[in-house]
Amino acid sequence: MSMQVILAQALLGLNVGVFYAMLSLGLAVIFGLLNIINFAHGAMYMLGAFVALIGYSLLDDWFGISLQIGFWASLIVAPLFVGILGMIIERTMLKRLYELDHIYGLLLTFGITLILQGLFSNYFNISGTPYPGQPESLSGVVNLSFMYFPTYRLFAIVFSIVVCFATWFVIEHTRLGSRLRAGVENPTLTQAFGLNVPLMITLTFGFGCALAGLAGVLAAPIYSVSPLMGADLIIVVFAVVVIGGMGSIMGAILTGLALGLVEGITKVVYPPAASTVIFFLMVLVLLFRPAGLFGKER
Amino acid sequence: MPSDRHAELLRIEDLHAWYGESHILHGMNLTVHEGEVITLLGRNGSGRTTTLKSILGLVGRRTGSIKLHGQETIHLPTHRIAHVGRLGYCPEERGIYASLNVDENLALPPKLADGGLSIDEIYRMFPNLEERRKSQGSKLSGGEQQMLAIARILRTGATLLLLDEITEGLAPVILRSLDEVIRKLRERGFTIVLVEQNFRFAAPLADRHYVIEHGRVVEQIAADELEEKQEQLNRHLSV
Repeated sequence: MSMQVILAQALLGLNVGVFYAMLSLGLAVIFGLLNIINFAHGAMYMLGAFVALIGYSLLDDWFGISLQIGFWASLIVAPLFVGILGMIIERTMLKRLYELDHIYGLLLTFGITLILQGLFSNYFNISGTPYPGQPESLSGVVNLSFMYFPTYRLFAIVFSIVVCFATWFVIEHTRLGSRLRAGVENPTLTQAFGLNVPLMITLTFGFGCALAGLAGVLAAPIYSVSPLMGADLIIVVFAVVVIGGMGSIMGAILTGLALGLVEGITKVVYPPAASTVIFFLMVLVLLFRPAGLFGKER
Repeated sequence: MPSDRHAELLRIEDLHAWYGESHILHGMNLTVHEGEVITLLGRNGSGRTTTLKSILGLVGRRTGSIKLHGQETIHLPTHRIAHVGRLGYCPEERGIYASLNVDENLALPPKLADGGLSIDEIYRMFPNLEERRKSQGSKLSGGEQQMLAIARILRTGATLLLLDEITEGLAPVILRSLDEVIRKLRERGFTIVLVEQNFRFAAPLADRHYVIEHGRVVEQIAADELEEKQEQLNRHLSV
């Protein structure tokens, strides 16, 4: 097997890995800062892709609005829409469950996932609808010397990595981030100091959902936009979060990227194991390091 | 900085407070004037810490009246109370955030008003903290944590400081530093409410003492009455 093949497969794996990283980052932000297991995260990813699709090609047909929201605008509009929906869900539903066991939040968000998937399955083909809005400037291929790689996929990799590390930087190295971490560590005292912790929780949940929505927009030109696209991914993403360490921001990013690579290379080395290698690694991590590679024991 | 030493800054009237089903405060009444240092004395479980927490809205349920700067705060959400009352709170367990370093802990509380100490002034007052400014909160000694817990509320422009058991578990040398800090703050015009077990620490610092029993004030003693009422005080505080 040539190095060229391995490098090419690794890059394709990294392309999958950035979606793992973006989604697991959103989940980790929500779990790490708010202690909520958000099963609806996959549905938010799907919703982001559908907002981009509807905004590009269906606004006129559905709503009689002669407006086309292009790809670049969708990178802002879709996360905003999904983030606001997330905030509404947090304020109206999740907020009532904070005093209860995690399982109630998980069940609620699972229910929301089923409702959203059902709703979109009613109007869209389950096997997927292509997103026609990929910008001309990102079409074609780039010569990387060891392979020709689609320009859009390269853009998705770079853009996602920048978003992931910017999020990490904000949480770990800014005053806003330190306030969020303080609000998690001791919400009562943080409120006594005069910080509006309930608002911080709502905004953080909205931000986590917006990240999933953003990943959905980025995925739309690569994969078919389908009501089940989030459901297919969310189980793997949960495995990524568990391996990285529940709540660890950097853990989610690095593990997401690394597991994309591992999955990509497994496709060359031993293809039948490609779809299970992540779960095999999860079992090993849970056996030998239950808090995850980057997580801390709670 | 406070200008009028006699303006009423805190007035508590008929305050009742509950944790779940437990009724802790039974009609608390007290007032604090600007520039004063007062102590809340009493046995463990008498309701002194709950009084501070009630002022901040950190108990389950409260009734009665808590006026800060003349404004009723009993119905305000917790995060608003610090702003309205320009309150700085130093909790009994110090509340240092383990995941934040010294600089981040200092910068955490939001600005409540103008006139707070600058970071440089704070580090001049607490030189040990400057040496540890990049250390995580969990890595500090008990004394350093206590200094940090006080220091971080001085940056905010708070004028009324609620300090809960700040001497607990600290070595005598640290107590001397704390005594000096409280005196400096008093000179700068801060108003301070001290909940304190260590009467020898609190007595020379305070203008007035409120003795609390069973969730209400049973005695008020001015600093110049201490000698004459010592026996009464011993009776209230003895176990």
